[in-house]
Amino acid sequence: MANQNEKKLIVKKSWCKGCGICVEFCPKNVLALNHEKVEIIDIEKCIKCGLCELRCPDFAIYLGGMEDEEK
Amino acid sequence: MTNALVENYFRVDKLPHIWCPGCGHGILMRSIAKAIENLGLDKDKVCIVSGIGCSSRAPGYMDFNTLHTTHGRALAFATGVKMARPELEVIVITGDGDASAIGGNHLIHAARRNINITTIVFNNNIYGMTGGQYSPATPTGDLGTTAPYGNIDRPFDIPKLAAAAGATYVGRATAYHANLLTKLVENGIQNKGFSLIEGLSVCPTYYGRKNKKGTVVDIMKWQKETAVDTKVAAKLSPEQLEGKFLIGELKNEAEPEYTEEYQKIIDRFVKER
Repeated sequence: MANQNEKKLIVKKSWCKGCGICVEFCPKNVLALNHEKVEIIDIEKCIKCGLCELRCPDFAIYLGGMEDEEK
Repeated sequence: MTNALVENYFRVDKLPHIWCPGCGHGILMRSIAKAIENLGLDKDKVCIVSGIGCSSRAPGYMDFNTLHTTHGRALAFATGVKMARPELEVIVITGDGDASAIGGNHLIHAARRNINITTIVFNNNIYGMTGGQYSPATPTGDLGTTAPYGNIDRPFDIPKLAAAAGATYVGRATAYHANLLTKLVENGIQNKGFSLIEGLSVCPTYYGRKNKKGTVVDIMKWQKETAVDTKVAAKLSPEQLEGKFLIGELKNEAEPEYTEEYQKIIDRFVKER
């Protein structure tokens, strides 16, 4: 299990249905909707709290390890 | 590629699911998988049973032993599974209509028997899959396709119904309070007896749009603002609780469990033989 610092916010666009829940409940305004898909607009502000992952009904956004990024 | 929880506990080839954009069911389904992960249960020792409806699609996506049964009969099938294989952890995922209308009798009798099954009711206040007919959980005055002038029925409080019928562990959480739901499901699975946890979902289409409740975000904010945890509620006056609903643990009692009582009868005859 990767530790919190090594985790990275990953968006799986093909699963995103653009409901906007993650955008609204992100405490740091890291996310926005663009053409009905979620987009990371300011990754610098991300505190890796995982609230987006917790409430995404479609499992389209999550904190993954570095190894996930390469795939 | 997706995250470890989804990879381990879901049938990834069946995703994304068919639920509407913003449907709370996905959040509730994830919370259940999370509870199973937290408890470290063996996937082969878990059986998830559902009936018919939007909620009952969930076991199709979850990678366990799963049964998708007939409308309202999830608890009847689950009772059969539990009686035949008491070592299995039997979890029922059902909807408000499936559990309290079509399967209302199965619900109260499973609760009365205190059989060791954990039932999670995905309550979206409507029959979503069939086009928005009002259900026993539609609030009075709200609209449905079969209540175009407003619903005159009074809704069931499903956790209260289950508690009154004899369920030994009862709780409620919402799609907004997803971590609470995970905790309640963990407790429900560990409870030796019938557990019912209501997960208040969000139906932004057939219920939300019809009743002008706004976007899915608006409904989730309403859940956040209107829900009061039982521990907090104990310190509030009835006036302060006006228009609010309770979340958290609503009942936790110990009673004899059905499959154990049944086993005792069998053991008695085995000894006498």
